[in-house]
Amino acid sequence: MLELRNIEKYYNPGTINEMCLFDKFNLSVKEGEFLTVVGSNGSGKTSMLNIICGTIPFEGGQIIINGKDISKSPEYKRNKIIGRVFQNPAMGTSPGMTILENMSLADNKGKFFGLSKGVNKERISYYKEELSTLGLGLEDKLETKVEHLSGGQRQAMALLMATMTPIDFLILDEHTAALDPKTADIIMHLTDKIVKEKNLTTIMVTHNLRYATDYGSRIIMMHEGKIVLDKAEDDKINQNIEDLLVKFNEISIECGN
Amino acid sequence: MSFLIMVLEQGLIYGIMALGVYITYKILDFPDLTVDGCFPLGAAVTAALITKGMNPYLTLPISFLVGMIAGTLTGLIHVKAKVRDLLSGIIMMTALWSINLFIAGTSNVPLFSKDSIFKNSVMDQVFAGGLKRYRTLIIVAIIAIIAKVLLDLYLKTKSGFLLRAVGDNDTLVKSLAKDDGNVKILGLAIANGLVALSGCLFAQEERVFEISSGTGAIVIGIASVIIGTSLMKKFHFLGTTLAVLIGSIFYKACVAVATNWAPPWAVKGTTAVIFLIILIVAESGKAKVKKHAGA
Repeated sequence: MLELRNIEKYYNPGTINEMCLFDKFNLSVKEGEFLTVVGSNGSGKTSMLNIICGTIPFEGGQIIINGKDISKSPEYKRNKIIGRVFQNPAMGTSPGMTILENMSLADNKGKFFGLSKGVNKERISYYKEELSTLGLGLEDKLETKVEHLSGGQRQAMALLMATMTPIDFLILDEHTAALDPKTADIIMHLTDKIVKEKNLTTIMVTHNLRYATDYGSRIIMMHEGKIVLDKAEDDKINQNIEDLLVKFNEISIECGN
Repeated sequence: MSFLIMVLEQGLIYGIMALGVYITYKILDFPDLTVDGCFPLGAAVTAALITKGMNPYLTLPISFLVGMIAGTLTGLIHVKAKVRDLLSGIIMMTALWSINLFIAGTSNVPLFSKDSIFKNSVMDQVFAGGLKRYRTLIIVAIIAIIAKVLLDLYLKTKSGFLLRAVGDNDTLVKSLAKDDGNVKILGLAIANGLVALSGCLFAQEERVFEISSGTGAIVIGIASVIIGTSLMKKFHFLGTTLAVLIGSIFYKACVAVATNWAPPWAVKGTTAVIFLIILIVAESGKAKVKKHAGA
C-alpha cells in the first residue's frame, strides 16, 4: 500500500519563476495494483515518480508505504523495497561491466557488498535461466559488456535486474519510450509477465495510450498536477483509447493548443 | 644498463601511484588532484617516521593508511559538503602542502644515513655481490606486483563491483539500495592509499623528502593510465592494471630519454613529442582491429 498525502511540490521556490506543480496532491495505490499513468508533458507524471523514489525534494505532505512515513528517508534506502526502470536504457545497467557482473550486482541488491567474490559461480545457472526468459539470447553472452548491447536488450536486462530480488513496488518511468515499436512491444509483454508472476504493485508512466489501456488494473490521467481521470477494474476494462483521446483533447484545448 | 634499471625503478614506483590514479580517473571518473599533495604526504610520513628510528618496513602500511585518510577527506568534501570534484581535490592538495611541512618539519629531509626498505643490514646480506645493483628494482617490483594483484582481486569482490558500477552509473548503485557517496569515498581512500604508498617508496629510493616532489604527480599518473590503456588496445592480453604499470614505465622512459639526449631547453618538448608518438602508434593499432571486425 502506497499513499501520497497532501503532497506539495514547487519548482524554483522563492524565485520569480516559482511554479506550483502539486498543491495537496493525493494518491493511494493498493497492494497488487498495476497502475498506469498517462498525461500531457509537464503534467507531473515523472515528478510524482521522482517524489515517491526520493530523487527530488518536495515542500509538504507525506509518503506512506505500508503504514510507514518514508518522506525523510534518502533515495538509496527507499530502493530497498522499490525497483525502478527508467526511460533511458543506460540508467538500469553498468555499461562497462559484463552481463554476468551486472546480474551479480542486481542479485546482491540491499545486501552487504563486502570482500567476498563478486560473482557467485553457483548462481550462474540461475542467471542463465532468468536471461533465457527474455528470449534475446543473452544467456549465451554472459561475458559481453553491456555497453555492446542494443537499447532494447539493455532495457530488458534493466527490467530483469530491477525485479530480481523481492521488492514491494515496481516503478516504470516511460520505460518503452526510447525503443522501436517492436522492441517496445516485447518489453511491455515481458513487463506484464513479470508483474503477474511476482504479483508486484506497479506504477507505470507511459505516453502510449494503447499500453495504458491494454495493461494494468487501474488507469489515471494527470493534468497540471491533478488527477483528471481515475478508473479501476471494470471501468478500466471498458476504457478504450477513443475515450482517452477525447479526454486528452479536452485538457489540451484547455491549455490553448 | 644502469639507465634501464633506473627507468624501471622509477616507472614501477610511479606505477603504484598510477594504479591509484587509475581508480579515480578511469573507474570513478573523478579528476582527483589530491594526488599532488598525497604523494609527498606518503614521503613526509615516511621521512618523519624513519628519522624517529621506526622500522622502515612499517612505513609502508602506515603511509597507505595516512593516504587513505587524505582520500577520505577529499571524498567527504565532495560528497557531504557537495563541493565539485575538481575543487575538492584542489582544496585537499593545498591543505596537504601545510600538513606535509608540519609532518616533516622542514621542506627538505635527507635520509642518506638512515636505514630504508632497500638498504639495511638484512637486505645487505640478501643482495650481496652481483645482485646488489638490482636490489632496489627487485624490491620495488615485488611491492608493485603485490599492489597490482591485490587491486585486481579487490576489483573482483562485491565491494569492487560496486566501485566499478558507481563510476559507470551511480543511479544503478542507488537502485541497489547502496549510498553511492560512500562508495565514491571508499574509492578515493583506496586510490590515495596507493598514491601515498608510492610516495613512501619514492622517499626511500631517493633517500630524501622534498616538499615539491608531488608537483605534477597527477599529470604523470594520468599520462601513465592513458598510455597504458592505449597500449592495452593493441595488446589485448594485458590486464588493465598491468597495462597501467607498463604505461608508467613508458612514461618514465620518455622522460629519461629526453633528459639524457635532448639539450636542456628541449627536454619537455621532446617528452611531449615522444608521448604523442606512443599515443598515435597505439591508436592506429586500434583502427586496424576495427577494420578486421568489420570484414
